[in-house]
Amino acid sequence: MSYIKPTFRHPTLPKNKIGFAKADYEGKISTLCAGCGHDSISASIVQACYEMAVEPHKLAKLSGIGCSSKTPTYFLDNSHGFNSVHGRMPSVTTGAYMANRDLIYLGVSGDGDTASIGMGQFVHAIRRNLNMVYIVMNNGCYGLTKGQDSATADYGSISKAGSKNMFQAIDLAGMALELGATFVGRSFSGDKSQLVPMIKAAISHPGFAFLDVISPCVTFNNNNGSTKSYDFVREHIEATAAIDYVPPKAQISVAYAEGQSAEVKLHDGSSIHLSKLAPHWNPSDRNSAVNRLQAAKTKGEVLTGLLYIDPESQDLHELQNTVGTPLNQMGESELCPGNEALDSINSSFR
Amino acid sequence: MYNYKLSKNKILKPTDIRDPEYFHKVVDCQYACPAHTPVPEYIRLIAAERYTEAYMINWESNVFPGVLGRTCDRPCEPACRRGRISDEEEPVAICRLKRVAADNKSEVKHLMPQIPEQKNGKKIALIGGGPASLTVARDLAPLGYEIHLYDEWPAGGGMMRTQIPAFRLPIEVLDEEVNYILNMGVHTHFNHYVSSMREILEKDYDAVFVGTGAPRGRDLKLPGREEADANVHIGIEFLASVAFEHLEKVGKKVIVLGGGNTAMDCCRTSRRLGGEDVKVVVRSPFKDMKASPWEIEDAQREDIPILNNMPPKEFVIEDGKLKGVLFGKVRAEYDENGRRKLIPTGEPDEFIACDDVMIAIGQDNAFPWIERDLGIEFGKWDLPVLDKVSFQSTLPKVFFGGDAAFGPENVITAVAHGHQAAISIHLFCQGDDVMNRPAPMTNLVSQKMGIHEWIYDSPVVDDTRFQVPHEDKVISLKDRKIEVELGFDEALGFKEAQRCLNCDVQTVFTTSSCIECDACMDVCPTSCITFTTNGEEEDLRARLSAPAENLSQSLYVSEALPTTRVMIKDEDVCLHCGLCAERCPTSAWDMQKYLYNVTKAEKCYQ
Ligand SMILES: Cc1cc2nc3c(=O)[nH]c(=O)nc-3n(C[C@H](O)[C@H](O)[C@H](O)COP(=O)(O)OP(=O)(O)OC[C@H]3O[C@@H](n4cnc5c(N)ncnc54)[C@H](O)[C@@H]3O)c2cc1C
Ligand SMILES: Cc1ncc(C[n+]2csc(CCOP(=O)(O)OP(=O)(O)O)c2C)c(N)n1
Ligand code: SF4
Ligand code: SF4
Ligand code: SF4
Ligand SMILES: [Mg+2]
Repeated sequence: MSYIKPTFRHPTLPKNKIGFAKADYEGKISTLCAGCGHDSISASIVQACYEMAVEPHKLAKLSGIGCSSKTPTYFLDNSHGFNSVHGRMPSVTTGAYMANRDLIYLGVSGDGDTASIGMGQFVHAIRRNLNMVYIVMNNGCYGLTKGQDSATADYGSISKAGSKNMFQAIDLAGMALELGATFVGRSFSGDKSQLVPMIKAAISHPGFAFLDVISPCVTFNNNNGSTKSYDFVREHIEATAAIDYVPPKAQISVAYAEGQSAEVKLHDGSSIHLSKLAPHWNPSDRNSAVNRLQAAKTKGEVLTGLLYIDPESQDLHELQNTVGTPLNQMGESELCPGNEALDSINSSFR
Repeated sequence: MYNYKLSKNKILKPTDIRDPEYFHKVVDCQYACPAHTPVPEYIRLIAAERYTEAYMINWESNVFPGVLGRTCDRPCEPACRRGRISDEEEPVAICRLKRVAADNKSEVKHLMPQIPEQKNGKKIALIGGGPASLTVARDLAPLGYEIHLYDEWPAGGGMMRTQIPAFRLPIEVLDEEVNYILNMGVHTHFNHYVSSMREILEKDYDAVFVGTGAPRGRDLKLPGREEADANVHIGIEFLASVAFEHLEKVGKKVIVLGGGNTAMDCCRTSRRLGGEDVKVVVRSPFKDMKASPWEIEDAQREDIPILNNMPPKEFVIEDGKLKGVLFGKVRAEYDENGRRKLIPTGEPDEFIACDDVMIAIGQDNAFPWIERDLGIEFGKWDLPVLDKVSFQSTLPKVFFGGDAAFGPENVITAVAHGHQAAISIHLFCQGDDVMNRPAPMTNLVSQKMGIHEWIYDSPVVDDTRFQVPHEDKVISLKDRKIEVELGFDEALGFKEAQRCLNCDVQTVFTTSSCIECDACMDVCPTSCITFTTNGEEEDLRARLSAPAENLSQSLYVSEALPTTRVMIKDEDVCLHCGLCAERCPTSAWDMQKYLYNVTKAEKCYQ
């Protein structure tokens, strides 16, 4: 098996506006199973960061444990990274974010890492509106430990060994909506035309941006009867809207049909254009998103696309009114102002 | 040339990989080689130290691996994929690797075809003993033909012997490879200039092959030419006289007129025969010189200046003897069609003193010995009228090949012609239609070994092209027989061989197996693969993962996939790294080695 990717790239590939080629956003060659959906999500992250001209040293990728949590090795080789313990990505990200708000935080997790062992951490990251992108590569199983059903496996889904899942599935997107997440979307690893703009919008969003990305496990959960297989998802996929991410200052080139389209302005001057496919759904109305999600579930559809966004979102630093300067850029006297300062703080509480 | 088959609405049709030319074209070097030598196959054998087999693969295709490994014009190299995968990359040293096989092979005679004792009763005359005729002999002698070869010189090889200097091609190397053929029971008539085709036709030959080359060097009729005759030499005549040791010395100051490879051989030969101040003077700009870049470099390395934009005007004579040459000064202008005009600059003429002048400004065909009433028609430039595939002339039993067919080319082209003419002669002598030619032999074999292992070395090395070591200049200039290039040793040969991208190991796609997971598209380092909706070629080429701007390279198009999209692979800069096939969960991609062998005469009645 090849363990090094050739260094040659297509000679005519362009550079983005900060002078980097797409190859500059790539990582090591993947060691996941051939055909794993997670690799397509990695490729979409590379594409999104390249197109947005993210400065690689201004991004930190964080993950837990699982095949999905291994993927940060396979993208953004020139960025910061922290591969934490199982289910603990949110707390490590919280720490990092509190210390330095200048970086883009890209958290990568799995359905096992998030919906089981990491559930306690996940929900609090949402509540706090941590300014991060939280991607769950959702394959309905524990890929790394040989494919046991996870908490997102649908009721009745058939495992590779032939057994039927007897438990109700946790819908992570629904939960995120319930808990007040300010950006919620769902996508499919096999649909880059939707996933790439969603990742870009999520990066632009100032607050907790949650992406539940269905990502087939080719080895343990791509069999007939599985509801997370390539075939099943392709047959049942529906979208709230066709999504287009328009970077700041860019001309809008797409024409949208009257009444069918919505535009969401983001803080950084970029915007999201939605060409709506679902009636009675408004991306900035949480209730309509919850309803739409429920309706899809009843019909047995896999609903993808942007579900909800609160463009007025205020992230944790704003809510806490914490210092704007990253801690690593402050001097000792500022970080440790001494006993006198402590005494005056303490006395203010007396 | 492979053609896309367009349906009515111009959407690309699935690629027909059963067309033998489709994958052949992907093997850029082999496709560009006039004899279609299976290049990557022999390069892999060199890397595996299997030199004898590497030599025999060459010998089957090009008959003179030792000669060509030193002197080939190497049309394969500009075509080599390696040269276009990045700005810093140069082609694989395909030609010089061939020499590694020739230098390190062991005994090969027993691997060559047996010559039947019992002949087939047909007699063939070959006129001229160059590579074209020798190739015809190599293909027909094993089939039982009685071969008679005529050449005006005392030994075989044609211009490989009379023109290519010994410091580029040692005589032993040439002798060895010429003798492999002559020893196939060929009846040689050396020192025999054929002065009448009629006489040949009156003999009992069943077919005649004309491989007499382009033996007439062009002269330059300028004022003073006749008076200076003793010191003015026609380049190819000069080189032949040196080769046969009729001439061993030139003057100290030599001017070579002309900018082609013959000029390079003349100036470098002069440096070895007493020429101390040797100059090449070309009438047009340096960049328009016809000589191969490496031959120019070799000349410059031997302290031979090349003066450009100076057309000669006069041979200057003093006391009835050549004193030097007078040159005008021009600059080049190109019109919108790229046609060049040389415009005098108005600067004063320049006189350059010299003892000898070599005129190396081109060669022409000459068939004074072929009577024009035999039914052999001649056309433009006094070249024979031939069928481009069969090489048959308007007199059915007479065939032409090599430089005699379409004008001066090179050794490998002569060999390619020889193979094709041999097929025609064989079919003709068996009473068949010469156009009834067998298809090429092809073979496509999976390289899979275990789950994600390949039989070939799939990793792509980063090394840039290795240089062939040269003999010390002081030593090599002393004696014209000392070979300048020392060749790659085995270690360097291995490293250079590893640069080959194995373009014959094809990416073969099976539509029905693909689950459209995108893994191949994501992993491909050079963005060759795209899954998209079908369309017209021009539109598609613009919207692939990377724009497919090299129109000479094919697009590999699948049948429609379940999502109605198609897989499109731009063959242009595929590294044949096998990653797509390694990352494919269903083996919809497989790496398969494609062997393509041009038909030879021996395959006609098998
Ligand atoms: C100076 C020079 C350097 C070259 N260097 C290279 C090189 O490095 N690499 C390369 O690939 N090519 C090179 N070439 C070109 C190459 O030599 C020829 O293209 C090739 O030899 C042509 O082969 P052929 O079989 O057609 O004829 P030739 O090799 O020309 O052989 C024809 C033979 O027929 C003989 N002949 C002609 N008329 C008659 C007749 N009526 N009766 C009997 N005999 C006759 C000729 O004397 C000659 O021996 C070079 C050419 C020149 C002039
Ligand atoms: C504390 C702890 N408990 C259990 C494990 C074993 N373990 C490793 S990965 C994994 C599940 C991963 O599932 P998921 O997050 O869905 O990732 P996937 O491999 O499916 O992408 C488990 C239970 C562990 N590594 N650490
Ligand atoms: S086990 Fe499943 S999730 Fe893990 S790499 Fe393989 S296909 Fe992907
Ligand atoms: S072999 Fe496959 S992965 Fe490698 S360059 Fe060619 S198409 Fe791309
Ligand atoms: S990796 Fe294989 S299955 Fe996946 S898209 Fe490519 S060819 Fe199809
Ligand atoms: Mg999982």
